[in-house]
Amino acid sequence: MSGVSAQAVAGAAPTGGRARSDGTPDAPGREAWPAPLAPRARLLPALGAVYRAQLSRARVARIPLLFVATFQSVGIMVLMRGVADGPAEARAVVAGSSVLVVAFVALNLLAQYFGQLRAGGGLDHYATLPVPPAAVVLGAAAAYASFTVPGTVVTAVIGCVLFQLPMAHLWVLAAVLPLAGAALAGLGAFLGLLAPRQELATLCGQLGMSAALLLGVLPAERLPAVLGLARDLLPSTYGVEALIRTFDADPDWLAVGVDLGVCAGVGLLALTAATWAFRRAATR
Amino acid sequence: MSTGTEQAEQGGTVCAVRDLIKTYPATRGRRGVARTPAVRASDGITLDIRRGEIFGLLGPNGAGKSTLVRQLTGLLRPDSGSVHVLGHDVVRHPERAARLLGYLGQESTALDEMTVALAVETTGRLRGLGPYEARAERDAVLAELALDGLADRPLKKLSGGQRRLACFAAVLTGDRPLLVLDEPTTGMDPVARRAVWAAVDRRRAERGATVLLVTHNVLEAETVLDRVAVIDRGKVIACDTPGGLKERVSDEVRLDLVWRDRPPLDVPEVAALESAAHVAGRRWTLRLPADRARAAVADVTSGAAFAALDDFTLATPSLEDVYLALGGRAEGLVKA
Repeated sequence: MSGVSAQAVAGAAPTGGRARSDGTPDAPGREAWPAPLAPRARLLPALGAVYRAQLSRARVARIPLLFVATFQSVGIMVLMRGVADGPAEARAVVAGSSVLVVAFVALNLLAQYFGQLRAGGGLDHYATLPVPPAAVVLGAAAAYASFTVPGTVVTAVIGCVLFQLPMAHLWVLAAVLPLAGAALAGLGAFLGLLAPRQELATLCGQLGMSAALLLGVLPAERLPAVLGLARDLLPSTYGVEALIRTFDADPDWLAVGVDLGVCAGVGLLALTAATWAFRRAATR
Repeated sequence: MSTGTEQAEQGGTVCAVRDLIKTYPATRGRRGVARTPAVRASDGITLDIRRGEIFGLLGPNGAGKSTLVRQLTGLLRPDSGSVHVLGHDVVRHPERAARLLGYLGQESTALDEMTVALAVETTGRLRGLGPYEARAERDAVLAELALDGLADRPLKKLSGGQRRLACFAAVLTGDRPLLVLDEPTTGMDPVARRAVWAAVDRRRAERGATVLLVTHNVLEAETVLDRVAVIDRGKVIACDTPGGLKERVSDEVRLDLVWRDRPPLDVPEVAALESAAHVAGRRWTLRLPADRARAAVADVTSGAAFAALDDFTLATPSLEDVYLALGGRAEGLVKA
């Protein structure tokens, strides 16, 4: 076999192989030939595998950052203790600080992770596996959201003690965490995957977290109108609002439900957008 | 996998590439980033990879090997041309490539923070294996590559060669008929390299697996490849068995001369050789017809020239010599 014949085979072998609209190659002599395709990984098992892998990854690499996230929120509450003079302010501070832990990990760290993965060629690994993009994005988002659980609970409990708020309805965190986590992680993944450069992904994550900090911790009534609008646009706001409401002795559960519903809707949108961004980034 | 008759019809071609063209657009300069002109990374590439062979892409960095491989694996869409992998059009259906081949890229970013065992198991799961299958394959592959001792270590805590071996282990899960390996043995010690080639050979013998290997290492290319496509500036400049390629320059031999200090240019025979030599520090490399090389050796191993000579070797041509003879730039090739 010579180099020339490697070129010359062009005439002999089917060069067309054009696929029919039903996806089966139909060049003469090829109908029986295409080798069977290995099965795809199904969504849920793949999601589970990515989740498990990400969780262990985070265990190795992220624990110090989780401490940072928690200390940051607790620190903010301690600082605000002298400033927050009414019960409304106290609730806003505690709810905002708790959700800030979610923003730090799910939005900021996930944006950085996907930015780094994209810049370092790591997306190739997933793009050459028969796995639905949604499984990778959802698995990573779920893992990062899970890691916010201890920090958020600790922050909320410390906040309730500091500001003498009732802890009776803190169980609502069980709903706030996954829903706000989905919204913020989806946003983080979207920003990280879309950013053309890794530094931009980091910047977006940091900005998003700063926004969650400023707009979440400060009571809504004290914000100027423009910032109030920005607050309404931020997905974490609805998690914060839901949490604030449950500090009432007799919470308005319908309003809590609506807030969480918005969170869920935004989460769905953000995760869909992130999946789209993944597909786009993986097949440049 | 197809039957024998069908394979005969297809000539057993696992991967058929026709007139592949890919141009990276020019980029505008930014502060700190130089402007780059448009680069034609694949310039009309045509080749066939047959079932069960270890087919190599040899060329220096920047020759267009990885670009070609990324188009074969569905990661990059060519501007024009066709790629068929096991009968499937992967230009039209890039997502099918993942169900046909295992790909070892140059980066391990996605797996770096996982333990070796988890990286291999997760990759198996994402190739569609069930939990038990994935665990069984993980154990088998780690044992095969003698990685059991490192199973609980995160990849980023390993040496470059060990990490590469762990990534290779991940590629082996899920039993793919085609393995595409982009410089798999970079940084590996000889033991790890042997483990890689033994694993490849086993899959070839037992399951008829085909391997596409990207390398810039000529020694590796000579020892493991069945056929090799020599790539330079986005073109296949030759495609043959390593032996067949070397026959093209068989009338020439390579003479390496290493001088102690500086070459004795006052010796007329040495001065005459200088124009034909490729000079790298104290080392002169000459490619000469056998009789002239013999005469040159006689010249430099006597008298004043011999006093100035530190070492010399006379060798039959290597793939590097073929590469040079074909007009390639050999600077990026490695001989180790």
